[in-house]
Amino acid sequence: MGTTTGTAAGTRDTTGSPRSRLLGVVTLLAVAVLGVLAFVLTDPDVRIHPTTGEEFGQFDAVRMLYVHVPLAVMTYLAYGICAVASVGVLVKRTPWWDVTAHAAAEVGTVFCGLVLVTGSIWGRPVWNTWWEWGDVRLMTTLVLFLMFTGYLALRRTTDDPRRQARRAAVVALVAVLDIPLVNRSVEWWENRTLHQRSTIGELKIEDLTLFTLFFGFVTAGLVLAWLLLHRFRVGWLEQAALDHGVAAAIAERHAETDDAEVLRSVGERAAGEGTSGDGEPGS
Amino acid sequence: MTHVGYLVAGWGIVVGVLGTYAVRLVRRGRALSGRVPEVHRRWLEAPGPAGSEDGRASGA
Repeated sequence: MGTTTGTAAGTRDTTGSPRSRLLGVVTLLAVAVLGVLAFVLTDPDVRIHPTTGEEFGQFDAVRMLYVHVPLAVMTYLAYGICAVASVGVLVKRTPWWDVTAHAAAEVGTVFCGLVLVTGSIWGRPVWNTWWEWGDVRLMTTLVLFLMFTGYLALRRTTDDPRRQARRAAVVALVAVLDIPLVNRSVEWWENRTLHQRSTIGELKIEDLTLFTLFFGFVTAGLVLAWLLLHRFRVGWLEQAALDHGVAAAIAERHAETDDAEVLRSVGERAAGEGTSGDGEPGS
Repeated sequence: MTHVGYLVAGWGIVVGVLGTYAVRLVRRGRALSGRVPEVHRRWLEAPGPAGSEDGRASGA
């Protein structure tokens, strides 16, 4: 995730900074450690049935826990940041809030898409199905994903930037209302979901499994921070490039107008001197 | 190890998608940086122009 370029001049043509590069290195290390914890150090979920003595559980499929659940929590966080920034857009009306909201929505939607995909892949060996249309948590998560996809589509319309920012902020604030539904769905509609109730709150997992899960939260948080930082800077540059392009076009237009004025005044002056009869153009 | 295919697919997609997205962001940033004066890139510790609370004179 380093962002340096090879040339001396090119080192400044980047969205990276010394701190963001340090964050990138720490993030990569955390991903590597999480991989070791998830695949080498933790045990598979194997339990013994008390009466039959047969083995049951999720076996190695439980290792999806360490990536799926942290991504889901960081999706909530990213969309929460988007909601706060959207309030900022409506109240403060400055580009900083708008760029922040847009960045958080885009990164959050990438995370949300991955939550849906990893959940589907995890569900196949555990629930024997890729997707269950009647599962209330799956459906509320899909609705969340689709609403923020709509938000991003709205951001691509060629509308007045200020109006577009305000409309997108309203959409984000409506969409984010789905997050409590996603989170509490397994409690509120317990009989309409394949998902189990919270295992962290009731401490049904422990020791290294619990530690690895929390390390997964930290790692996903670092990834989210790095992506948000760079997506913000890209958005900032997009706006600056737009402003700079408009300013350059205006300056060019002024220069053209000034040139035309000079040419016209020179022409008028030459014509005036021609009629006065001295016969020396350009004098 | 059981369910190897599912694990490779799940973790592989996550690492692949996030890695690709990160690389894409860096490339977009580099492409845009060349078109924008350094004064607009606050992370280079260059001061922004006066005129707005966040160092930007105009925008959305």
